[in-house]
Amino acid sequence: MIKASHVTKKFGNVVAVDDLSFELGKAESIALWGSNGAGKTTLIRSLLGIFPSTGTVSIHGIDVRKHGKRARSFVGYVPQELAFHDDAKLGSSIMFFANLRKVSHKGAAVALAKVGLQGHEKKRLRDLSGGMKQRLALAIALIADPPIIVLDEPTSNLDASGRGEVIDTLCQLRDDGKTLLFASHRPDEVLSLAGRVLVMEKGKLIKDITPSELWPTESRIQTMRLYLSMGTEETAATVLRDAGHAVNLNGNGLCVSVPRNRKAEPVSVLAKAEIEVRDFEILEEVQGDHS
Amino acid sequence: MTTLPIETSTESTMIESGSHLSGVSSVIAFARREFRDAISSRWFILYTVAFTVLAVAVSFMSLAGSGSHGFAGFSRTTAGLLNLIMLVVPLMALIAGAGSIAGERERGTLLYLLAQPISRVELLLGKYIGLAIALCCSMCIGFGLSAGVLAWRVGGVGISAFVMLVIFTCGLALAMLSVGMLLSVMSRRSGVATGLGLFAWLILVFLSDLGLMAGTILFKLRVQEVFAIGVMNPLQAFKMAVIVNMNASLDVLGPVGMYASQTFGGALPWILALVLGVWTAVPLLIALVIFSKRGSV
Repeated sequence: MIKASHVTKKFGNVVAVDDLSFELGKAESIALWGSNGAGKTTLIRSLLGIFPSTGTVSIHGIDVRKHGKRARSFVGYVPQELAFHDDAKLGSSIMFFANLRKVSHKGAAVALAKVGLQGHEKKRLRDLSGGMKQRLALAIALIADPPIIVLDEPTSNLDASGRGEVIDTLCQLRDDGKTLLFASHRPDEVLSLAGRVLVMEKGKLIKDITPSELWPTESRIQTMRLYLSMGTEETAATVLRDAGHAVNLNGNGLCVSVPRNRKAEPVSVLAKAEIEVRDFEILEEVQGDHS
Repeated sequence: MTTLPIETSTESTMIESGSHLSGVSSVIAFARREFRDAISSRWFILYTVAFTVLAVAVSFMSLAGSGSHGFAGFSRTTAGLLNLIMLVVPLMALIAGAGSIAGERERGTLLYLLAQPISRVELLLGKYIGLAIALCCSMCIGFGLSAGVLAWRVGGVGISAFVMLVIFTCGLALAMLSVGMLLSVMSRRSGVATGLGLFAWLILVFLSDLGLMAGTILFKLRVQEVFAIGVMNPLQAFKMAVIVNMNASLDVLGPVGMYASQTFGGALPWILALVLGVWTAVPLLIALVIFSKRGSV
C-alpha cells in the first residue's frame, strides 16, 4: 500500500529523514517509534507529498511526487497538532472536508457516527474538548473510507479515557482491514495496534522489528519519566538505548519503557554512566502480552 | 461525477473515484468556505460598514451641493466617491489577500489542508475566488445603498457612469487582492504579510504619486513618459478609467490627461481596463507559481 524508497528530506543542512526505505502492505499496521526530532513527523509529511523530498514514495502504486492529489485520495490523515478554524461549527467543518472528497452529507454523518460525534454538529469547534477534536480529526480521516489511515501521535493531547476510546476505534479499523501507519511515543499504543515497529533515530531507520522484539517480555511494561540534570538528556538516551531500553525524549524529561520488575535498571545504568537522576515518576502500565 | 462510496468502498472503486476527484469541486469548496469566513470576520464587517456609511454620506453631500435637484446626481457622486474608493478599496483588498495563505500557515491549518486530495493551485484559486466574491459583495452593499439614495432623490441621471464606477472598483479590488495574495504566499507569518500589504498600499496610494512628481521634475520626463509610468499604477489607471467613463474631459488631469485623450481616444478605457487586468493576472500567476514550487507549510 505504501512503498518508500531512499526517502531523504533536508531542511537546509539538517537531514531530517535520511535515506529511509520501507514497505507497508495491505491491512498491515506499522508504528513509527523514536524520540522527538527523530524524523517521524517529517517522514509522514514527506510520504503524503506535503514536503518535497528525494527518493520515491508510492501509495497504492501511485507516485506521490507526480500524482500527489490522486495518491492522497487513498489516505486519511490525522495530524499531530489539530488545527481547525475555531469559529466554525463541527457540522460545517466536516461538510467542507466531505465536499473536498466528494462525499455526500450521509457519508459525513456516517463518519461522525463512527467516532461518536453525531448530535454535536451545531457546536463551535472552540467549544470542543481536546478528545472531541481528536475524534473529529479521525472522522475527517475516515470520511471517504480510505484504505490507508496515517496518524501522527493520535493520542498526544488526550487523557487516559480519551486515549482508550481512540485506540479502541483504531483497533476496530485495523480489524476491518484498514492499513495503519502511525507515529507514537506510547508503548501501550504500539503494543495494542502495531504489527511492526520502525525505530527511527536522527532521521535514520535503525530497526524494523515487531513490538515483542522491541519489548522482549511477557510481563507488564511500565513507562517511567526520568528527570535528569540539565544537558544530560541526549547522553542519557544514548546510554539507555545502548543498554537495550526503548527511550523517548519528549522535552519534559526522558521516558523509558521497562518491565515492571526491572524499574531500577535504567536508574542503575545511568548511575554507572555517572549521569544523575534527580527524580522519576511512573506514567502508566500496559499489558505486555500482545498478539 | 463519481461519489466516493462511504460504507462499502472497495479498492477498485477507490481508484476510480480517486482519478475523478475534480479540481473544480475543490476550488468551489474552498471558495465557499473562504466567502463564509470572510463575511463572518469582524474586520470584514467593519470595512463593509465603513465603506457603506462613507458612500451614502458622499451621496447625501453631493445632493446637498446641488440643492437636492442638481444635475447629474450620479455623476457628482461618482466623482465624490472616487477618492474614497482609492483609499479604502485597495486597503481592504490588500489586507484580505495578505491574511489568506499566511493566516492558514500560521494557524497550522495549511498543512492539514494540503494533506487532503487537493492541489496547491486549487487551494489558492479557491481562496482567491471566495475572497473576490466577498469583497465585491461588500462594495456592492455600499454602492447599492448609495445608488438607492440617489435614485430616490434625483432619478437615474448619470447612472451609466456610476455602473462603470462599480465595475472598475471591482476590477481594482481584484487587482489588489492578487497583490495581497502574492505577499501572503511569500510570508510565513500573517503579521508580516499584513505589514507588507500596508506598505504596498502606502506606496500605491501616496508614494508613487510623490515619486512620479519628483521624477518628472528631476529627469524632465516627457508627457508620454509620465503617462506611461503613471498608468502602471493600478490606482491611476482606475482613476483615469472612471473619469473617462463619466464623459468628463481628462483635461482635469493636466497635460498628461490631454495627451492620453488625444493619443488613445476611444481605446483609452480598454487600455486602462487592460492595466487592471494585468495587475490581477500577473501577481496571481506569480503567487500560484511560488505557492506550487515552495514545499513550506
